[in-house]
Amino acid sequence: MQPIIQINDLAKKYKDAKFYSLNHFSLDIHKGEIFGLLGPNGAGKSTLISILCGLIDPTSGNFTIDGLTYDENAFEIKKIIGVVPQEYALYPTLTARENLMYFGSMYGLKGNDLKEKVVESLEFLGLLKFADKRVETFSGGMKRRVNLIAGILHEPRVLFLDEPTVGVDVQSKNAIIEYLLKLNHNDTTIVYTSHHLAEAEHFCTDIAIVDRGRVFAKNTPQALIAQCEGAKDLEDVFLSLTGKGLRDDV
Amino acid sequence: MYKIYMSVLKEILLLKRDLGGVIILFVMPLVLVITVTLIQDNTFKQTSNAKIPILLVNNDNGKVSQSVNENLEKSNAFEVITQFNGKPITESEAKEAVFKGKYQMAIVIPQNLSSDLQSKIDQNVNKIMTGFGMGDTLKKKVFEKKITQKEVKLYFDPAVQLGFKNGVMSSIDKMISQIETQSIYSAFQEQIGDADFNFEQKSFINFKEIVPTINNKEIKPNSVQHNVPAWTLFAMFFIVIPLSINIVKEKTQGTFIRLHTNPVRGWVVIAGKTITYLIICMIQFYMMLAVAIFLFPHLGLPALSLNFSLVLMSIVAVFCGFAAIGYGILVGTIAKTQEQSAPFGSTSVIILAAIGGVWVPVFAMPKIMQIVAQCSPMNWGLNAFYDVILRNAGISDVLPEISLLFLFFIVTTTIALFYDKKKRTV
Repeated sequence: MQPIIQINDLAKKYKDAKFYSLNHFSLDIHKGEIFGLLGPNGAGKSTLISILCGLIDPTSGNFTIDGLTYDENAFEIKKIIGVVPQEYALYPTLTARENLMYFGSMYGLKGNDLKEKVVESLEFLGLLKFADKRVETFSGGMKRRVNLIAGILHEPRVLFLDEPTVGVDVQSKNAIIEYLLKLNHNDTTIVYTSHHLAEAEHFCTDIAIVDRGRVFAKNTPQALIAQCEGAKDLEDVFLSLTGKGLRDDV
Repeated sequence: MYKIYMSVLKEILLLKRDLGGVIILFVMPLVLVITVTLIQDNTFKQTSNAKIPILLVNNDNGKVSQSVNENLEKSNAFEVITQFNGKPITESEAKEAVFKGKYQMAIVIPQNLSSDLQSKIDQNVNKIMTGFGMGDTLKKKVFEKKITQKEVKLYFDPAVQLGFKNGVMSSIDKMISQIETQSIYSAFQEQIGDADFNFEQKSFINFKEIVPTINNKEIKPNSVQHNVPAWTLFAMFFIVIPLSINIVKEKTQGTFIRLHTNPVRGWVVIAGKTITYLIICMIQFYMMLAVAIFLFPHLGLPALSLNFSLVLMSIVAVFCGFAAIGYGILVGTIAKTQEQSAPFGSTSVIILAAIGGVWVPVFAMPKIMQIVAQCSPMNWGLNAFYDVILRNAGISDVLPEISLLFLFFIVTTTIALFYDKKKRTV
């Protein structure tokens, strides 16, 4: 089966950087997967997602999304992907509904279809009664849920999520995970980065552990644990592959 | 089109939520145009109520000093002060008061100016008449004595601007020349001794300014017609500040990044901002025109006469708006923080206004600055406004200026788009 995302020998070196952030990085992600990209700080996860979303250009290598190459089909790729950044990329002085109507329209949705999708999503994530309140008055968990909806209103074929549950309470986290599972059930492939290894272990169907711009291991969570001698969970696998040294960098 | 419509709607909502900002956006330009026009109108108006107090040190107490005093009073521009605490002002008192900035200027009339002037003129007239063989017929005996040249001293407050200083000096020079001329005529009349022989002492040569006309009606420029277009343009360019802040906020909030991942072209985002801020520019423009037409007469200012094409003025305003918005988009794209965009935006607009001729006319600038002025969009806009309001111009006359303004918009937005792309290609 043709992978929905095919990454071939991708490399990225930022201007003035000593090392490559991505170094001969190759990876296949198949349709319907919930794919976890796990790695310590500076491993190259955000760089990879930024390249796949079209925010930055790779230094070398190429990739396809649903068979489309970025160089020739950037606009088409943007129509089929959804992006949920780690930061709340929302207008604080606009209401949740206004934010979603605007970002939904940028994906080409309009009229009643757009209005219904906004209401449906807000309702599913428990935000309908706050639809006409300004986002700046929301708690972190509420903002995170609106941030998620803004990236998935157009029902993307591939969804990129950068730490979607960071800094939220258990209830919000549960609502987000449930919503993502519903999306995945409706054929959306999810590419997800997180530092919550326990969450990834239960949520992801496949995982790649990356470090220093390379893929260290790729398999299902259960297979990764089984392959690693003495590992009880994903955290053990992670530490075993990436080491215990601190990764502070400026 | 729907994406542009939604972008405009979003921008309007963002502005609506910042009501204080919107009020400032519309009220401050009005305050600016009213204040500046009031100040500049009074500076040049002959019938102004505000008189500049000047000190007159009269050591002469003769015909000349009396005439200077009368002429200064008659000019309505000055209030002549000749005494401090009931005593005539001395030169040293006047000098101290002026140099300390208590008064803007002092005139010191030297001792015996009137009598010495009269003696000098009598001597000259006598020489001329004797030269013509009329020495025996002279009615007045003139004694030959050495008369030294007289000096009328002027003291100016060092803070007084050069333009004002030159203006006052030239007025006084003209006044004294007139007194001298009149004295010469009187001396001849006296020496000829014929009561019926009267010299016409009025100026023979007069000046008449020929102004342009529309429908046989003269367009006489006044401070309102000069100030309203200039300061309206200046205020319109201040859109650079809220617009650049809007863009910087989008970058820091992450919404710009989200938009880059959406299937939306960069020009659609720019079009949304351009249309919204153009609407604001045009509202500002019409509000300022309305104030100049309807409010100015109630403030003692001449109303802006509508003897120009409002449609053409509006067209020029639209293109000025384009130029201002293009510049705002560029500043917002390059600036990383609001602390960079706001001061840079406002200072650069003031510089563009200065080199564009908003404060000092371009023709009065040094040669090099006149060349630089040709590169300021404010100069193109101001010229186009003056063409319409004061020079009775048509669309073909303002076409070069509005084309340059639009080109400026295209160039600045293109640079902004390329800069943004380049910045992301790290």
